[in-house]
Order: sequence, then C-alpha cells, then structure tokens
Amino acid sequence: MRAATLLEARDLVRRYVMRRGLLGRSVPVTAVAGLSLTLHRGRTLGLVGESGCGKSTTGRMVLGLEMPDAGSVAFEGRPMPPPGTAAWRALRARMQMVFQDPLGALDRRMTVAAQVAEPLDIHGVGGAAERADRVEALLRNVGLRPDQGARYPHELSGGQRQRVVLARALATSPAMLVCDEPISALDVSIQAQVMNLLVELQAEHGMALLFISHDLRAVRQVSERVAVMYLGTIVEEGEPDALLRDARHPYTQALVSAIPHPGRSDGRIVLQGDPPNPAARPSGCPFHPRCPVAVARCAQEAPVLRDHPGGRRVACHLADPAAFAEAA
Amino acid sequence: MTLVAIRGLSVAFDGIPALREVDLDVPRGGAVGMVGESGCGKSVTWLAALGLLPGRATVTGSVALDGQELLGAQGATLDRVRGGRVAMIFQDPASSLNPVHRLGTQVAEALRLHRGMVGTAARAEAKRLFDQVGIPDAARRLDAYPHELSGGQNQRVMIAMALAGQPELLVADEPTTALDVTIQAQILDLLNRLRRETGMALVLISHDLGVVSETCEEVAVMYAGRIVEQAPAEALFANPSHPYTRGLLAALPPLDGPRQKLAAIPGGVPEPWAMPRGCAFAPRCARRTPACEVAVPSHARIAERHSVACVLAEARELVAA
Repeated sequence: MRAATLLEARDLVRRYVMRRGLLGRSVPVTAVAGLSLTLHRGRTLGLVGESGCGKSTTGRMVLGLEMPDAGSVAFEGRPMPPPGTAAWRALRARMQMVFQDPLGALDRRMTVAAQVAEPLDIHGVGGAAERADRVEALLRNVGLRPDQGARYPHELSGGQRQRVVLARALATSPAMLVCDEPISALDVSIQAQVMNLLVELQAEHGMALLFISHDLRAVRQVSERVAVMYLGTIVEEGEPDALLRDARHPYTQALVSAIPHPGRSDGRIVLQGDPPNPAARPSGCPFHPRCPVAVARCAQEAPVLRDHPGGRRVACHLADPAAFAEAA
Repeated sequence: MTLVAIRGLSVAFDGIPALREVDLDVPRGGAVGMVGESGCGKSVTWLAALGLLPGRATVTGSVALDGQELLGAQGATLDRVRGGRVAMIFQDPASSLNPVHRLGTQVAEALRLHRGMVGTAARAEAKRLFDQVGIPDAARRLDAYPHELSGGQNQRVMIAMALAGQPELLVADEPTTALDVTIQAQILDLLNRLRRETGMALVLISHDLGVVSETCEEVAVMYAGRIVEQAPAEALFANPSHPYTRGLLAALPPLDGPRQKLAAIPGGVPEPWAMPRGCAFAPRCARRTPACEVAVPSHARIAERHSVACVLAEARELVAA
C-alpha cells in the first residue's frame, strides 16, 4: 500500500558564503547540491550522513525555515510560502522540529507546562481551561507525570527534557515532525526509551517523520525508508533492511561496515582520507577521492540517482541496475 | 603481568561519593574497556588514578603502577608518570590542543619534557610520530595550527603527543565520540595498530559497547560509581549476566530481524546524592528481589575472569560451588 504524499522536495540547492579569517576571501559552500525527497503521511524517512553532509540544512529547508537557492518544496501539494509571511506562520502549526539538545531548545526560565502550552497560545487553540487539559494530556502522552509540568528544565534529566520537547512539538497536532539527531545527546538506555516513544507517538498521531541521524542503527529502528547523504546529495535510498544487507553505493557500504557491533570483529572497510569538506567539493562524484573502487570516469562525471529494482535508488557509476536485476 | 592494579578506589566530591570501591587490573600490553553511561565513574576512575581531580575530591584506596603507589605520590613522581609512562587522550581534541601554537611545537614540548629532546632531533621525532599515526604530509602539518586540521586529524595529533612519552599505558577517554563513524573506524584501527607496534596497554573509556567490544580483551561495565560486571569481551557479550549489562545490550537497536519495540531500561540513573540503599540498579531492574535493597551486592565469580555484582549471580556462584 502506498501512503499519500505529504511533502515533496525537488532538486533543492542551498549555498552559503563562508569567509576565512578577518580579511579572507569569501568561499562559496554548497551545503545541499540538488536533492529530492518525498515524505508520506504517517511514515518515516531516515536521513543519514556524517557532519557537514547537509542533512540539517535539508531539514530546515523542508520546514521552510530556510529558502532553497534552487528547487522547490511542496507541502500538501502547495508550494512552501516564504519564511515570515502570514501563510508560512499558519503552516508552522502543521510542521514541527525536534533538536539534538533539549536543554538548548527549552527556555530555562519557564516551567515545563508553560512551554508545552506556548504553541497553543500562539496558534490560538482553545480556551484557558481547555489548554490546561491539553497540556496535561500531552505530558501523559510522552510519559511524564502532570505534576512534572510545574518543574523547570534544569530539574529534569536529559531524557525527560527530550520528552518535554516532543510534547511541545505535538501540541498543535502537526502532520510532520522533523527530528534532527533527537537521541544523540542521550545515554544509551535513554535513547531506546525515546525511540520507542517516537514510534508509539507516530502510531497514535499519524504524523510523518523526517528522522535525521548519523546512526544507521537508530534509523533502521524507526524508519520505513532511509536516504544516505554525502556532500549535499543523496547517494543511496531504499528500505532500511535491504540497504543494510546489500548496500550498493561504496559510501553506504563503508557506513554499514563502520557500525560498531558487540561481538563482531570481522573486517571493516576503513575509508582513507578526511571527511568531506563542502567548501572544496571534488569534481565528478563527490565521494570519489575516498572511494576504494573509483575509476577515471568518477572524477569527471557526477553520477545521477538512478532507480534500481526493489525501490532502491543509487548514485554510482559502478552500480548497474541491470546487473542487480539479473542477480535478483 | 599486571601493569596497573587499582584496589578499593573511591572518590567523593564535597563528601558525596562518586566512585565506590573500584578494583581493576590492567595487564601489561592488554586492552581494557570501561563502559557505562554519563556519570557512572568511568572517567573519574582514571582522573583519580592519575591525580587529575580538583582539590574538593577526596580519593581513597590504592593505585599501583608496577608496584609503585600513585595515590598521594609526590608531584615530581606524578609528573614523570603522567604523559610519560601513562598518557591520556580525551574526547575533544580541539580543546586539548593549544589553538595559538603550531602542532609541531606542541609535540616537541612533550618530547622535551619526557625525553629531553630539543631542536632538530625533536622535530625529526615529531615528524616520525606524525607519520606513525598516519597524518598525511607530516612535515608540512608540523607547522599547521589545530584549526587547520579536521577533528579526526587533531585526534591523531593528540595520539602522536601521547606517544611522545613512549607510554606503557594509553588511557583514551571517549576518543571517538566527537568523530563521524567512518573517522571513528580509522581511529580505532590506528589504536589497534599502535598497540601491536609498541606493545603499550590501552584503557578505552566509552559509552559504546560496540566500540569497546571490538577493541578490548577485557571489559568492565560501570553503573553509578561501581563496576557491576567484568569479563573478557567475548564472554561479556556471549553471556551478559548483570541485568544492567543485559539491559544495555537489549537497548541497542538490532541490525536485522523483525523491528520490535526496544527493551528500554525504565527510569534514569540515580543522582549521586540520592543513591538507593543496596544495589543502585535495583529501582530500574526487572528482576529485583527484596534482598537487592538490603545490601550492596559483592562481586561473585561466575566463570574464569568473569565477575558480577548482583545477588542473582551470588546465588549462581553458590550453586556452582
């Protein structure tokens, strides 16, 4: 069954200008270099990649917090209005964001209940009594006790704070939630609690999730589909289990083999060289300087993301869809 | 052969206990992993052992390096040990390096302090160390500043500095936590290679069971200031016996099989000033019994080199005996 499309991003490009030093030359940085993705209602897309690959910038463009330099974002079939306009503000209630650092996302001087109520105040949802009831229900929903609403963020643990952030994000019943590294600041035992909570909340509220993470393990746990990013483009996309079992892009293969796993000591692919620098994009395939199997063509020509059998998409000159079709 | 023997090591900050009765041996040339969540005492153990804690910390117990007591040792003795026989690297290499000095100068300083090398000899040795830790274009990088290198390369510089004193033990405190996974793989690979080449022992402190299991022979799992389970790496993952170790392993999302709800450990780590009586893990433990709240469980040996601090394991030990 194919779920309905909620959000469609087409050929997004985002460039920044970075200045090196006080009098340094301005260097153009391409954070996102032609990226397309689709979010379906009630489904989760995992976005994986290393620092500087543009996954957070993608999240911000998808939410309309930043305008792409090229390309388009359409939410429920209509183009994303420019940030700051009345139409954009009205859409804010329908899409929310959860960040990595819950303490940074919360106001230290406000009680938890006041912060969860804030979106209801801003978007004018219900009367005072109704809002108080809704806040209590939201706190219970994320596994907090209503009396914890009277606490301040510093009085809560990291996991509890992330629950508060989730309660606040859910206050306006959004259709879409962008979670940017929502668990990476938490301890292992608490990460599992938050992943379970996200899956439960999605089943209950039916919102679409864009789950941005560097952790393939976590992405597999919560997502129906995963897209792997490298230097501002998607290099491979597919169903998480198939991707983990049979990664076709050499970068995905290295990423999968780098997952630390208790009790495993088989050979892993250790990539040579530094992490990619968006200010110095290589020619051709962005991954070719670190690719263990690169050929001459990879330095000259950027591969396009091509459809493979089984709903997979791969951007690699050496991954031939026909070869995989024969093997399958 | 034991290089470092820690016995009954306890630390309290302003009278509040943070580390309780830790016993740990590091064999010469061996690799010991210390795993646990934030605040469990895995870093404090080694900061205390090397006399690196602030004055408000009270440290008791014993830390012996080759039979030489380090706790309460003279400053001069400790200065020869730290950076010399025992080196330590931390999570964030950028904040461990001095941003206004060239990398070569910083490595040369370590060489002067610990091996009395100066001038061209120190520079040549610094270049050799950069080559050894796999920094490309080593000669030119000696004149670079920390901000010109990536996080992974700066961690290599820290490792080169640690190697400058020809240590017998390298304590690496979350050395890959701030790095991307593909760079983490490179650094772990490097640490393994250096152990083989130099024969130094390694203590790897990490919150990540996977990282530790791939690098270490022995693993100690810590919870709320105590070691709760200690075993050879394979035994720990084949037969995790403390409910907390089992919980940590179960909380890790699997890489295959059906996607199910994760077996998350309920609740959170107790605050140091509100430690439960008896076993500190009991309030979160699915298998707790009334006995768990009576006294702190002692370490029971359930197999060769495998010990567990849990009343359930104590019962198993009796059955085995």
